Amino acid sequence: MTAIAEPVAARPPAETPLRRFWSEFAANRLALFGLAGFVAVATIALAAPWISPQNPYDLAKIDILDGRLAPGAVGMDGVRFWLGTDDQGRDMLSAIFYGLRISLGVGASSTVLAVTIGGVLGLLAAYAGGRVETLIMRVVDIQLSFPAILIALVLLAVLGQGLGKIVVALVAVQWAYYARTIRGTALVERRKEYIEAAECLALSRNRILFRHLLPNCLPPLIVVATVQVAHAIALEATLSFLGLGLPITEPSLGLLIANGYEYMLSGKYWISFFPGLALLAAIVSINLMADQLRDVLNPRLKA
Amino acid sequence: MSNRRAIAAATALVLSAAAPAAAQTLTVGLGSEPSALDPHYHNLGPNNAMARHLFDTLILQDERQRLTPGLALSWKPLDDTTWEFKLRPNVKFHDGTAFAASDVAFTLKRAPDVPRSPASFGIYIKPITGVEIVDPLTIRFKTAAPYPLLPNDISTVAIVSQKHGENATTEDYNSCKAAVGTGPYKCVERVAGDRVVMARNDAYWGGAQPWQRVVFKPIKSAPTRVAALLAGDVDLIDDAPTADIERLKKDARLSVVQGVSNRVIYLHLDSDRAESPGIADKQGNPLKANPFKDPKVRKALSKAINRPAIVDRVMEGVAIPAGQLLPDGFFGVSSKLRVEPFDPEGARKLLAEAGYPNGFRVTLATPNDRYINDEKIAQAIAQMLTRIGIETKVDAMPGAVYFGRASKLEFSLMLVGWGSGTGEASSPLKSLLASFDQAKGMGAANRGRYSNPQMDRLLERALATVDDKGREALLQQATEVAIGDLGIVPLHFQVNTWAMKKAVKYDARTDEATLATGIKRAN
Amino acid sequence: MLAVVIRRSMQSVVVLAAMSVLVFLGVYVVGNPIDILISPDADQAERARAIAALGLDRPAHEQYLVFLGGALVGDLGRSFVHNMPALKLILERMPATIELALAAMALAIAIGIPLGLWAGLRPNTASGRAIMAGSILGFSLPTFWVGLMLIMVFAVMLGWLPATGRGPTATYFGITTSLFTLKGWAHIAMPAFNLALFKMALVIRLSRAGVREVLPMDYIKFARAKGLSARRVLWVHVFKNILIPVVTVLGLELGNVIAFSVVTETVFAWPGMGKLIIDSINLLDRPVVVAYVLVVTAMFVVLNLTVDLLYSLLDPRVRLAEVKA
Repeated sequence: MTAIAEPVAARPPAETPLRRFWSEFAANRLALFGLAGFVAVATIALAAPWISPQNPYDLAKIDILDGRLAPGAVGMDGVRFWLGTDDQGRDMLSAIFYGLRISLGVGASSTVLAVTIGGVLGLLAAYAGGRVETLIMRVVDIQLSFPAILIALVLLAVLGQGLGKIVVALVAVQWAYYARTIRGTALVERRKEYIEAAECLALSRNRILFRHLLPNCLPPLIVVATVQVAHAIALEATLSFLGLGLPITEPSLGLLIANGYEYMLSGKYWISFFPGLALLAAIVSINLMADQLRDVLNPRLKA
Repeated sequence: MSNRRAIAAATALVLSAAAPAAAQTLTVGLGSEPSALDPHYHNLGPNNAMARHLFDTLILQDERQRLTPGLALSWKPLDDTTWEFKLRPNVKFHDGTAFAASDVAFTLKRAPDVPRSPASFGIYIKPITGVEIVDPLTIRFKTAAPYPLLPNDISTVAIVSQKHGENATTEDYNSCKAAVGTGPYKCVERVAGDRVVMARNDAYWGGAQPWQRVVFKPIKSAPTRVAALLAGDVDLIDDAPTADIERLKKDARLSVVQGVSNRVIYLHLDSDRAESPGIADKQGNPLKANPFKDPKVRKALSKAINRPAIVDRVMEGVAIPAGQLLPDGFFGVSSKLRVEPFDPEGARKLLAEAGYPNGFRVTLATPNDRYINDEKIAQAIAQMLTRIGIETKVDAMPGAVYFGRASKLEFSLMLVGWGSGTGEASSPLKSLLASFDQAKGMGAANRGRYSNPQMDRLLERALATVDDKGREALLQQATEVAIGDLGIVPLHFQVNTWAMKKAVKYDARTDEATLATGIKRAN
Repeated sequence: MLAVVIRRSMQSVVVLAAMSVLVFLGVYVVGNPIDILISPDADQAERARAIAALGLDRPAHEQYLVFLGGALVGDLGRSFVHNMPALKLILERMPATIELALAAMALAIAIGIPLGLWAGLRPNTASGRAIMAGSILGFSLPTFWVGLMLIMVFAVMLGWLPATGRGPTATYFGITTSLFTLKGWAHIAMPAFNLALFKMALVIRLSRAGVREVLPMDYIKFARAKGLSARRVLWVHVFKNILIPVVTVLGLELGNVIAFSVVTETVFAWPGMGKLIIDSINLLDRPVVVAYVLVVTAMFVVLNLTVDLLYSLLDPRVRLAEVKA
């Protein structure tokens, strides 16, 4: 068995790790495409306040009399709306730029937080076993059966509306999921010889947990996590759809789609279609990139 | 894929084979599902509408909520505190037993007193202190004080059979076992969340109905409801979303019926407290005084709102700008009140006169699942108020959170709607504008705690005036006082929309109810 | 094995108790159901009557104790809205949801695993990459949006499938389900696909990742070197090893699908539990919400136990002793 040689920690340092990493990553042209898409999307999100024709969150700047204009139409004060306007007279292009910013922010921050919390707890449960495991896993059970809508509603009632609260709700909904996924993998990994070997070497518990066990549990976690960034964004959209999401005057992409949803049958496709397209572009590029990243980073594909 | 296609094709075959029989069946897609078939359990629009099929009331409300004879042929006050009702002869319940005054007496006992009822009919029956059965077809009601609204109130209460109602629980009604009424349809089955099925009552006193079977399907999601109609799964839907009306009207297979409702959408403002929670100055510091206490500020707010624009853009033309509590044609509507014209300049001037030349900040609370386009209206109003200097933030939330907080007076400015169940002006005056008074049962929904003694006196007199003409004049005066003072700021009256296949037609109702009895074959 | 089950059951009681307190409190802080349920016309006296009728006039802890007393003898309270035992209400709706969930899972597995295997075995081919890129679409768009699109295309434009609702049911072998009727299949096709889309993407990605990981391993090379047929290597050695993550995630997802198919059920007007819970939450029908969550928790506990037991069957390296936690 070569299992002992597998863990990341035991890998010999490459000559120029960065260059090797890049050449491996670039081997897949789809991934490069994804990277380009992601850079574009991230740039737009970051630069939204400077490149948008209109501040869609400023109620004094938007006019209901410009509502539901078709793409390319000219508004009351002579401004052209390239992607049309929504029911409130918001310029769709600006709203999409700003919405991208919020959606990506919400998706990424909630996933990072949830992966961290869930990952650490799941790992700990699998490694420590006994009472710690029992406690953690039962809390997970509780969390998983608590309806996301109820969590969001309670937070809305107690804390009110806002970006931070949505992130809290999304983390609360998702962390248990990661905890269970990583524990499942870790249970298998920890029986493997390299962990026993590490234990024989009397390495510290933290070192074993994070340097040896964690890297080898990561692949399935990354699979789930990259999917979940998208899922988090979609979940935020769903909460908005159910009226529990972000403030309606500061729409995310999901909220824009949810708002446009009711216009889908009526032929005013742009209110929901363009934000949907933007969301699709963002998520597809993130995942194309992440797919390759995962393969490149996976220690076990390097046999 | 090909498998599913095969299934679909097979289904199409089955469906087309069943088509001739289906022509006798009417399928209705409902926006809101009744919570029970027990007509006395939950006093709520969808429940009351469903009950109208199985049961009759002594006095029926027609599509304009005018009172017409139902199980009672006639009614009149014998003196200030006694009403006599003559009942319709030869009426039979679904099981064949004859309807008599004893059933009415039983109903009045049961209706206010259903166990665990979250909203009972007690409010309509409480003033009746005694019931006297003169003969099987004559009944008299005694009241402690003059009670001019008795016919209106009694028109909401479904008459049930004593034989089946004695000891019957809500579940007995839901399972159709006890749901034996005198109505035009008989109860067949109810599968909660899925359907309510009814069959024609051939012995109905009002003549037989055109449909052998009626199936009500609750389809809460509005676009889905529209899609179900477009796909031909249902014959008629209620509560058609404003966004789709244009498309539905264009569709050659469909027709659309619209009618103004008894529901006014309005802003309630905290005009009572010295300091109000949702109000701050432009820097975000709490304001020492509550600007909404000043009628000038309330007037400015009303002038700042472009009602025709809201109706045109947000409601897509499907609403009527409002200047008072009920639309034209209802009892108690004043001919003197006009819709406030849009006048941002005048609004700014009034604000400056009131001592707020730079305006202030306010949070407008709104439900987002309650009224047609509620949160969109709120956003539009926020735009308009922000333009005259009242920087407005919209706080939208589900009704589950909203109404509790509103009743706890957590809001300074809120968007609400009011439908007059009795179809006349005393209902909104009593609940929304009368001073909050626990003992008298006044102002129960007065969440702005508006209070005007002059209007209270007028209303109190109106409620004790049996003479219709005199009462209407007093209600009009009370409305003029309260609206002139902007106790609430009316925005618009909702217009309800039903969409249906060309093969059927429907008369729009002001009470928003969707009744199979009003759905006829179009020829 | 029996000991494991018994120990888990005892822990579950604690979980259920904790859960009931949390949900009870959660719904309590959201608001007072009377504010939504009451007739707008009601005066203050009627309001007080309604509050008393539902037992909401007592302090929160007393209300909880009343609930607990009932729960101990199997009565989870009566719905504020429907005036029916909450448990009965939930169980009435359960078959529709389970039927939908199983159909969705079956679709996800039947389509997801073969595609995932294919993409894993041929990671650098056009078809492999197309499958991966395509799977991204499965979770990029919000469920409600895809659902309405499906209705638009298959019900409104093509007219192949009914737009909403559940088909007629039939009973064979003591099981009542709409899957026994042709119309039932027509009704379930779209909601099941809608619900399956996200799971399908997940299954594709998990199985591909599993294959990619297992293939370079020594025991696979060894099996190949031994001259085992490619098919045997794939189905016995590779397949077995990708099952662990797939089973874990699908176990969770099955629970999720049964418990929270809220959006799909709302969009397709499917008369299941998901629609019940969203309606109940919106009306603050606390007895139903609490009972619902307890039922769901019990279900998750059973599912998790099953998944854990399955681990030990699928992977001998996980010994039963570890499962007992």
